[in-house]
Amino acid sequence: MSAAGAGVTPAVVDSPAASRGPLAMEAISLCKDFRLGRGSVLSAVKDVSFNLYRSAVVALVGESGSGKSTVAKLLAGQERLTSGTIRLDGHEVDVKGRHAFRRYKSEVQYVFQDPFSSLNPVHTVRYHLTRPVRLHQPHKTAAELDRELVRVIEQVRLTPAQQFLAKYPHELSGGQRQRVAVARALAAGPSVLLADEPVSMLDVSIRLELLNVLDTLRKDFQLALLYITHDIASARYFADEVLVMYAGSVVERGPAEELTQAPAHPYTQLLVSSSPDPDDLGSMLRHGGKGSTRQVGESAAMLQGCRFHPRCPFAEERCRRESPPLLAVSPSRAAACWRLDVTAPAVVARAREGGEGETTS
Amino acid sequence: MTATSDMQTTTAAAPTGDRATSGGGEPVLEIKDFSVVYRTGGGDVHAVEKVDLALHPGEVVGLAGESGSGKSTLAYGACRLLRPPALITGGSVVYRGRRLSGPVEILGRHPEELRELRWREIAIVFQSAMNALNPVLRVRDQLLDVVEAHLDLSKDEAAERIASLLDLVSIPRARLKSYPHELSGGMRQRVMIAMALATDPEVVIMDEPTTALDVVVQRDILAQIVELKDELGFAVLFITHDLSLLLELANRVAVMYAGRLVETGTSDEMHHEAAHPYTKGLLNSFPSLRGPRRDLAGIPGSPPDLRGLPPGCPFLTRCAYGAEACSRVDMRLSPVSSSPDPAHVTACPFVLPATPEKTLASPSEPPAGAR
Ligand SMILES: Nc1ncnc2c1ncn2[C@@H]1O[C@H](COP(=O)(O)OP(=O)(O)OP(=O)(O)O)[C@@H](O)[C@H]1O
Ligand SMILES: Nc1ncnc2c1ncn2[C@@H]1O[C@H](COP(=O)(O)OP(=O)(O)O)[C@@H](O)[C@H]1O
Ligand code: SF4
Ligand code: SF4
Ligand SMILES: [Mg+2]
Ligand SMILES: [Mg+2]
Repeated sequence: MSAAGAGVTPAVVDSPAASRGPLAMEAISLCKDFRLGRGSVLSAVKDVSFNLYRSAVVALVGESGSGKSTVAKLLAGQERLTSGTIRLDGHEVDVKGRHAFRRYKSEVQYVFQDPFSSLNPVHTVRYHLTRPVRLHQPHKTAAELDRELVRVIEQVRLTPAQQFLAKYPHELSGGQRQRVAVARALAAGPSVLLADEPVSMLDVSIRLELLNVLDTLRKDFQLALLYITHDIASARYFADEVLVMYAGSVVERGPAEELTQAPAHPYTQLLVSSSPDPDDLGSMLRHGGKGSTRQVGESAAMLQGCRFHPRCPFAEERCRRESPPLLAVSPSRAAACWRLDVTAPAVVARAREGGEGETTS
Repeated sequence: MTATSDMQTTTAAAPTGDRATSGGGEPVLEIKDFSVVYRTGGGDVHAVEKVDLALHPGEVVGLAGESGSGKSTLAYGACRLLRPPALITGGSVVYRGRRLSGPVEILGRHPEELRELRWREIAIVFQSAMNALNPVLRVRDQLLDVVEAHLDLSKDEAAERIASLLDLVSIPRARLKSYPHELSGGMRQRVMIAMALATDPEVVIMDEPTTALDVVVQRDILAQIVELKDELGFAVLFITHDLSLLLELANRVAVMYAGRLVETGTSDEMHHEAAHPYTKGLLNSFPSLRGPRRDLAGIPGSPPDLRGLPPGCPFLTRCAYGAEACSRVDMRLSPVSSSPDPAHVTACPFVLPATPEKTLASPSEPPAGAR
């Protein structure tokens, strides 16, 4: 196979999520520019493509400000595309057709990053959940509605349900609010759930529990899930495919386990090596430790060449001139880096062997 | 004085004590026997119950515990920032700032006097930081407001100050002109961190300030806060549910459960010699990136209803070691008997650091090693 190695073959990727279920949503070359005033334009999302499949989880990980939420907002119809195409069940999404768009909105639910702003402080939990439940199943009697509300709130393990339904947002802790937000999204009976950092404000034990809840819902309702997180460790456990974003572009994608265990792109490598290791919880910070990784952040979005080059230990002349496209490393993995032979020799070699013989697992 | 506070003061009274663990000298913020309830129709929610916590100059104290355990209530309550139905039902909070002539009993002060104290002396990054920013003001104007109100600087100095604060949290200076909604969630959190550090405070309380930040940015910012802290000598109370982060960042860690502290010790002790079953559970529940995928234990069950806790240990319903005797435990923190450090304290009289994992005790007999 010619796909192996850091060749010039454009990345045609077999998503590991495809084996789980039918195609639900396609994001094709999404671009989003924001005007920053004085004529400067920030391309917050640049040529991002991926597919979501029913019953599968695709994780979008990446640095703060890298464009993850913007991708989700584009998919949810909350931001206008600068260019690109979104398809749901094979049909191109038309934001102008009011009726179709309303249906689209209930099919595609978005859980906001920030639970503090997404709940209205003057309304109870019951109020927040009633609307989507009604919209989803209009002809409910009061008793049925109540039963449904209890079911929805119990799905996110807020018990006793009646007590939580009567609460106002300010009476809930941050974690409890986030679970209400998830419950509200589920109440609409969506086929696609865009979950923007759904667990990052939750503590570890509840985080696990909620991820398990989402996983159960994924199976039971064949949900197609986009899981946005900055926590690559949770993506390893939860996702089928992981896409890593940096400064607006996808810089690496692949099966969750492979990508996290053998990251190929230098940014993914930095992300992985910075994650706390439960077996070796160092005292890096307390004792000075590792040199600062001083991020250039979004100024990178305006750079020539590879947007990661100011921070990249492997950067060379070409990196400063030309921006690398996503290059296939194996049928299911790709990375946007000119120097994969150097940055991830083992990954490239394994892919070469795999290409000649049997595909590696 | 209660037995609990006696025990806590052993470190405070010994200025020659271990600097790494106590910071030495008198605490800059000393919370004692502090309790807060929320008066609700369904009964009083005992969100904080008889908590002792001391913060020494130049020290980072971590407060860990799951959602709803009362961490924010403790921190905001100690600064008198809670509104009804919250009610402080007891305790004392003493602040000793280097710039002040003497100690201040925060709970006894008039709200007016506290306002200045809060910005200049004690700065707080709120948990809802992401939208605590004023939506109609540019980042620059919000930072300028704070700096101008509390520091005596010229226009140029103030401008330079806020620009360097943005550098500190890795936000490009061009972003000074942005409105909050134009920033990502993580960026808004970083602006709030910058704002808290703007006035050169003595105590910085950070409530889950980095939940929206990836590890790379998080480490970068925390490393800089630690550096700045070493330079300026302020103390940090860092609240998070992420124990792994605290083990790296904090000198001492206090673990909270159901409104009470259940264990306190140095980071090393909490990491390698955790005594309380709840702390052990927290240590077992985060996903690892490296090594084989393992089954995550987590902590089964959910936190108890804080309105009517039965007597004894509130962790009983979820504790693998739970036994009948646990319903008679008085929840006082006592030194871990196997630890050489008297400041390593736990509320569980039965389980020790060395107690084998998840040994289920026979109903009437506490596990071996009971003190
Ligand atoms: N205004 C209020 N009225 C009634 N109960 C409240 C109120 N505010 C908080 N509580 C309750 O007090 C307990 C502690 O809340 P607090 O927000 O302090 O927890 P926390 O540890 O900070 O949680 P998180 O990490 O999720 O923010 C929770 O059970 C919460 O539901
Ligand atoms: N409405 C807006 N106007 C200008 N810039 C924006 C706007 N929304 C987002 N951005 C910028 O787009 C980039 C990506 O933001 P976002 O998608 O929120 O990042 P994250 O990965 O943290 O979720 C950031 O640089 C952010 O400042
Ligand atoms: S293209 Fe060059 S600068 Fe970019 S990640 Fe690869 S080696 Fe580094
Ligand atoms: S052993 Fe008993 S006292 Fe100790 S934590 Fe468990 S339930 Fe509480
Ligand atoms: Mg975001
Ligand atoms: Mg809190």
